[in-house]
Amino acid sequence: MNEAPAEPVEDIEIQLLLEALYQRYHFDFRHYAKSSIKRRLRQAREQLGFATFSAMQEKVLHSEAMVGPLLDYLTVQVSEMFRDPGYFKAMRERVVPHLRTYPSLKIWIAGCSHGEEVYSFAIMLLEEGLLDRTMIYATDINPGALEVARSGVYPLDRIAAFTRNHQQAGGKTSLADYYTTAYGRAVFDKKLRAQVVFSDHSLVTDEVFTECQLVSCRNVMIYFDRTLQDRAVGLFRDSLTRRGFLGLGSKETLRFSEHAAAFTDFVREEKIYQRGEA
Amino acid sequence: MSAEPVAAVVIGASAGAVQALSEILPRLPADYPLPVLVVVHVPSAPSGLTTLFSTKCAMAVVEPDDKEMLAPGTIYFAPPGYHLLVEPGGSVALSADEPVLYSRPSIDVLFESAADSFGPALLGIVLTGANEDGARGAAQIVAQGGSVLVEDPATAYAATMPAAALAHCPAARALSLDAICEALISVAAQ
Repeated sequence: MNEAPAEPVEDIEIQLLLEALYQRYHFDFRHYAKSSIKRRLRQAREQLGFATFSAMQEKVLHSEAMVGPLLDYLTVQVSEMFRDPGYFKAMRERVVPHLRTYPSLKIWIAGCSHGEEVYSFAIMLLEEGLLDRTMIYATDINPGALEVARSGVYPLDRIAAFTRNHQQAGGKTSLADYYTTAYGRAVFDKKLRAQVVFSDHSLVTDEVFTECQLVSCRNVMIYFDRTLQDRAVGLFRDSLTRRGFLGLGSKETLRFSEHAAAFTDFVREEKIYQRGEA
Repeated sequence: MSAEPVAAVVIGASAGAVQALSEILPRLPADYPLPVLVVVHVPSAPSGLTTLFSTKCAMAVVEPDDKEMLAPGTIYFAPPGYHLLVEPGGSVALSADEPVLYSRPSIDVLFESAADSFGPALLGIVLTGANEDGARGAAQIVAQGGSVLVEDPATAYAATMPAAALAHCPAARALSLDAICEALISVAAQ
């Protein structure tokens, strides 16, 4: 037979599993980057004890209890407070002076996962005297992750890295001013989230919900394919005010985006973009 | 070697990596017709690897951005803090997922994704290192029909990683750095 080689069975099964997750629960991972979603699904299959993705699909379709654990595999992100300190330093030194000129501010942290980035921004804005007039929208698709973010509780063994990053990011105070410790955990101060709205929002299926001056979405779109990246960047463009700012992860770029022309480099080396006037 | 022409090369290295890579990468010509993707275990950013090898190598040396298309004549170093993966269609996908075997970037992650994307057209190379990263990935490359070369543990700076790759992947061949370099040049001529 001289036919083109058939698609590997595993790839077919993955497509069907993602289709089931979408049709049954409206979680849409169909345009996630194939290589990383496959890796995450293989981990889930192994650790949840399924022989095949087809067996997982059967369970997903018939048991809602399966969705939470699967989502945790598909959406888990590992972050740190003030991750990539240079990014926060550039935000503080280059972007904050612009933000100061607004009487009130809206900031959208898209794909906030466990909230490390949310608290980082809140602390920076507090140190810069801007937190009172800022509303932060922290969104994610994973309800479990949002719950962790809302609680502001992190394992104590992560605090050393957070503290180092905060200093390198130009922190003006001691990070210890913002948390108390108990039972091996650090609990971040409630006042940091007084201005934060945690909310369920999908860059894949939902629309723009607010107009804001800054969007920070780091290491979220690396998990998307090009089509989905274009959709997300389109949402950010539509959400940003003119001359508003978009911050991406250190290895993410708008170079390949169909919306690249709507933005200019603002701090090139830290992947901070500014929306144009158009 | 598999019958299919090689379309991409993936290399993993850990302890002793700079020395070993310095004996291979600078000998590849500027017009080397394949993309070469490299994972080196580095503690933190910036790694300095691209700067170092840019000055030594005739090929272009980059730390790719997410979704960059792989091109011939280019060496891609995994950015520190990110896993480097290959998408079907030959573009780069990065991931900030958990470290694998304490490493991010992870050799296994690169090898397994590249094996899925390139199948028999992939050549994997495991160099010196003091852990077991790369062993599962090497096995996956062979399972998808590709070939694997391993630095001879007897002469490697750190033998653990090449030895683990050979143990997991009996189809892999152990060679000196010199012979690996010759193999790299000859697969490109096919």
